[in-house]
Amino acid sequence: MSTTPSSTPQSDSPAIGTARVKRGMAEQLKGGVIMDVVNAEQAKIAEDAGAVAVMALERVPADIRKDGGVARMSDPNMIEEIIGAVSIPVMAKSRIGHFVEAQVLQSLGVDYIDESEVLTPADEVNHSDKFAFTTPFVCGATNLGEALRRIAEGAAMIRSKGEAGTGNVVEAVRHLRQIKNEIAKLRGFDNNELYAAAKELRAPYELVKEVSELGKLPVVLFSAGGVATPADAALMRQLGAEGVFVGSGIFKSGDPAKRAAAIVKATTFFDDPKIIAAASRNLGEAMVGINCDTLPETERYANRGW
Amino acid sequence: MNTPVIGVLALQGDVREHLIALAAADAVARPVRRPEELAEVDGLVIPGGESTTISKLAALFGMLEPLRERVRAGLPVYGTCAGLIMLADKILDPRSGQETIGGIEMIVRRNAFGRQNESFEATVEVAGVGPVEGVFIRAPWVESVGAETEVLAEHGGHIVAVRQNNALATSFHPELTGDHRMHALFVDMVRAAS
Repeated sequence: MSTTPSSTPQSDSPAIGTARVKRGMAEQLKGGVIMDVVNAEQAKIAEDAGAVAVMALERVPADIRKDGGVARMSDPNMIEEIIGAVSIPVMAKSRIGHFVEAQVLQSLGVDYIDESEVLTPADEVNHSDKFAFTTPFVCGATNLGEALRRIAEGAAMIRSKGEAGTGNVVEAVRHLRQIKNEIAKLRGFDNNELYAAAKELRAPYELVKEVSELGKLPVVLFSAGGVATPADAALMRQLGAEGVFVGSGIFKSGDPAKRAAAIVKATTFFDDPKIIAAASRNLGEAMVGINCDTLPETERYANRGW
Repeated sequence: MNTPVIGVLALQGDVREHLIALAAADAVARPVRRPEELAEVDGLVIPGGESTTISKLAALFGMLEPLRERVRAGLPVYGTCAGLIMLADKILDPRSGQETIGGIEMIVRRNAFGRQNESFEATVEVAGVGPVEGVFIRAPWVESVGAETEVLAEHGGHIVAVRQNNALATSFHPELTGDHRMHALFVDMVRAAS
């Protein structure tokens, strides 16, 4: 982590909300599973199954798809109940560009804010200025340029967007491969080429140069959007994700507690097929799932944000 | 032994940063997830992460007893944040079923410094090392220690770094700073133990 910007705290006055504590928080989640939950009971099931954090929201993405309408930040009461029910970190979602929802979430004491395409965007041009908050942000991305624009706005963690609420991992695979391939390409560029690369990626030159030198994003990269099975989670890890978000996949399945524990195991032992096989046995019904190629463009959450 | 082999418990958490810090402090560093991998190391780091998750995974994959046995037998260990909790003989406010490895006679309080909004950086004076940049993330503190436990640092009147025989623990994360002096201290402990 020698690359994380130092904020050189004064000896006697603790510094809060620094890049190091924001990004460092995500480092602590690595190798873990973050689970969508809609109430305190689900949050406890997630914690007991070994989740590293929960995402508190009113409806899981599969239900947001089904119900339609405008999807907004969750009821503060429900978020507080979840905060009170578990000791692991609690994340919550704000709409893209809805910095007041983010202010509310910060005031509630959530540990991470997901500025999420799963909710209906509030601003079709601007994302929230994430430097204005002490609470760190995670944002979705479909490619490297998008990831770096979010980091430039202050995101302390990136996740693939995937296609939330489908139970179909294909888009998460596409986005993660895209990000990794673009990083690998930058690795081979010399200084002369990095300026043009920055222009092409529509991202700040300094960040492009940093990625070229590091061979990875300067923040933690998770996978999200469509993970439904232990093997899906292990696939994302083998493709380079440092951890996984599971949304509808757990609590839309037949036996949530068992499936949650199985996905945690497969995420830790992502390179051990025997353990993944054992974890995959007798899990009951998986969520039904949606084929992404039958999903109209207007219903693709990954197209939200820019 | 010139170059000790030091494992990092790789069930969950900031494993990569510890591997980098240990290599920078002249150790051979490798991830440890299985009992047979644990058997091959001269020392072990327990990283930062979620203490409840690490505890559950350790129990689930049969690591808890092997870890306790080796630590009891004198294996040098260093825990940061969640790792400090894992090395405590007692947690003040454990989640149901949350178990520790133990090894340091102390009682710890989880998330004692607050939630993420209260996470902070501050300079900490560590005995024998000097001023260290402390990165505290939803950090625990040590509520009280036994007669054999040496207090190495305090912050705001709370104990944040301790040592007992071959076990070292800090509430903060030196692995996130690029300053490898705490890891160098641990590598020296591993060398001295063998």
